[in-house]
Amino acid sequence: MVSRGQRAFQVVNAAVLTLVVVVTLFPFVNIVARSFSGEQEIRSGQVSLIPRGFTTETYRHVMSDAMFWTNYRNTVVYTVVATAISIVLTTCYAYVLSKKQLKGRGLLVGIAIFTMFFNGGLIPNYVLVSSLGLRNTLWAIVLPNAINVFNLLVMKAFFESLPTELEEAAAVDGASQYGTLWRIVLPLSKAILATMLLFYAVSFWNSWFAGFLYMDRQELFPVTVYLRNLIAGVTAGADQTASSETALQIAASIQAVTIVLTMLPIMLVYPFIQRYFVSGVMLGAVKG
Amino acid sequence: MTLLRATRPEAGAPAPPELPRRRTWRSALRRDWQLYSLAVLPLMFFLVFRYLPMLGNVIAFRRYSPGGDVFGEYWVGLRYFTMFLTDPSFWQVFTNTLIIGGLTLLFCFPLPIVLALLLNEVRTRWLKGFVQTISYLPHFLSIVVVAGLVLQIVSVDGVVNQGLSAVGHDAIAFIQEPGWFRTIYVSSEVWQTVGWGTILYLAALTTIDADLYQAARVDGANRWRQTWHVTLPGIRPTMVTLLVLNIGTFLAVGFEKILLLANPLTYPTADVISTYLYRVGIISGSFSYAAAIGLFESVIGVTLVLAANRISRRLVGTSLW
Repeated sequence: MVSRGQRAFQVVNAAVLTLVVVVTLFPFVNIVARSFSGEQEIRSGQVSLIPRGFTTETYRHVMSDAMFWTNYRNTVVYTVVATAISIVLTTCYAYVLSKKQLKGRGLLVGIAIFTMFFNGGLIPNYVLVSSLGLRNTLWAIVLPNAINVFNLLVMKAFFESLPTELEEAAAVDGASQYGTLWRIVLPLSKAILATMLLFYAVSFWNSWFAGFLYMDRQELFPVTVYLRNLIAGVTAGADQTASSETALQIAASIQAVTIVLTMLPIMLVYPFIQRYFVSGVMLGAVKG
Repeated sequence: MTLLRATRPEAGAPAPPELPRRRTWRSALRRDWQLYSLAVLPLMFFLVFRYLPMLGNVIAFRRYSPGGDVFGEYWVGLRYFTMFLTDPSFWQVFTNTLIIGGLTLLFCFPLPIVLALLLNEVRTRWLKGFVQTISYLPHFLSIVVVAGLVLQIVSVDGVVNQGLSAVGHDAIAFIQEPGWFRTIYVSSEVWQTVGWGTILYLAALTTIDADLYQAARVDGANRWRQTWHVTLPGIRPTMVTLLVLNIGTFLAVGFEKILLLANPLTYPTADVISTYLYRVGIISGSFSYAAAIGLFESVIGVTLVLAANRISRRLVGTSLW
């Protein structure tokens, strides 16, 4: 039996959740509308949900900027290299930590966990990366963030959930520990490897601060720094009409197009990757 | 770290169960050298990029010159600490940090709980899934993209000002008004984090025993009382754990986002400890002074986690370790 109060609640609840959906989606629709609008129409405050003075000229304009593509390619390269290294290091360490019988395991776990609560801070990290000579190399982006401890714990939880019999059988058959990991454990871990791949790839794709901090030359920036400099008015991006003074008036349409093009890859894969993220977070929370 | 069960994690756990025979390091190394070898590179990562910077904090107590010794030239004692503790602009950013951190906690901690409870009441499966998928979306965006979206929306020609002019109000240059910064910052945090923040609560909600609801109904409890007496106690461990974690990151509030959204006009309300030390250290090159501020911030952060953890263990019997 559904009481009246309950029915009223369901209606209110549906209204609130609809509002959540609308509020969440609004900025996306707005930015797409702006990206297809004429500069005049944007500046005079006419654009909200529907493009005004529809044009694709701005897209053509931004995509003809060579620096945009250079920075986009940098993002791809940084993401691929960083993700590959992160996955290898995280897998190795998580596998070791999942071995309950291993002597010294508690210490190895503690070394990782401690860094979740205490870190060196911005300045010592900056001094370290600079003095190692990593500035203006991709290693400044890759190495300082090679292992994410949360991801490590998720993966450790997964390895611990695997049945031990298979590994024991492999050991009896004379397989080495390397061989067991490579031929028995990893083939069983495709799901978690996919999850890790996404966790790391999305976070490196989205990151900007390391690139901003350690790259001095424009042709080394990831695309997020290209966008940052555009919205901060430091560079004009594809906007050749902008004045060369320090406070640039960047065309709003150019900003909108660059934002859309930067988030596009994530938006395209999002429907397919979302559930991996959710299950990864659950695994980390339940078992970590 | 266990978010869904109030148990001790293995990390800080005492001795592992007694093995039949105690292995010495020598025999452990002989037996498991391949496993240990797998840990070598990750350990090097932790030592170089996590623990070395912790040691690097000694420059907070030493004179450091860029290009010189990484660990500084000579000891200066607490000079840099006295310097910032007597610096009025430090206390300005300290206050800002507390206010922005407090507001963020006030909104970004409870709202995911509310949203999770509302989602939990949705009986139509696809609808629930749809709302979840949409609300997780902002979590996957780069913080630069989020900042870009915010700047466009609050710009003079943006939708907020379009709404204002529709009711006959003059346009407001929100991003240059110190009085608006906190509202803009906290709203964008809510927009980006609330949906994703429901995941752990939704997981915790599924672990609540259905018999408890049955029993409550038999006792005549309506939906509201069931929520109050069964649902909320059921997700309390998750709530407490996340609260403790949030309190631990209190002082490190939104460094990157504030760096992207603030400008000299809004510094009076927007500048926080982390952005201040970034400017002092990296832009102005006062590394030792900035390191002292950073160390102060970390120590307070750790103290807050320890204190919150202890209080939650005392009061509700749930703790991180």
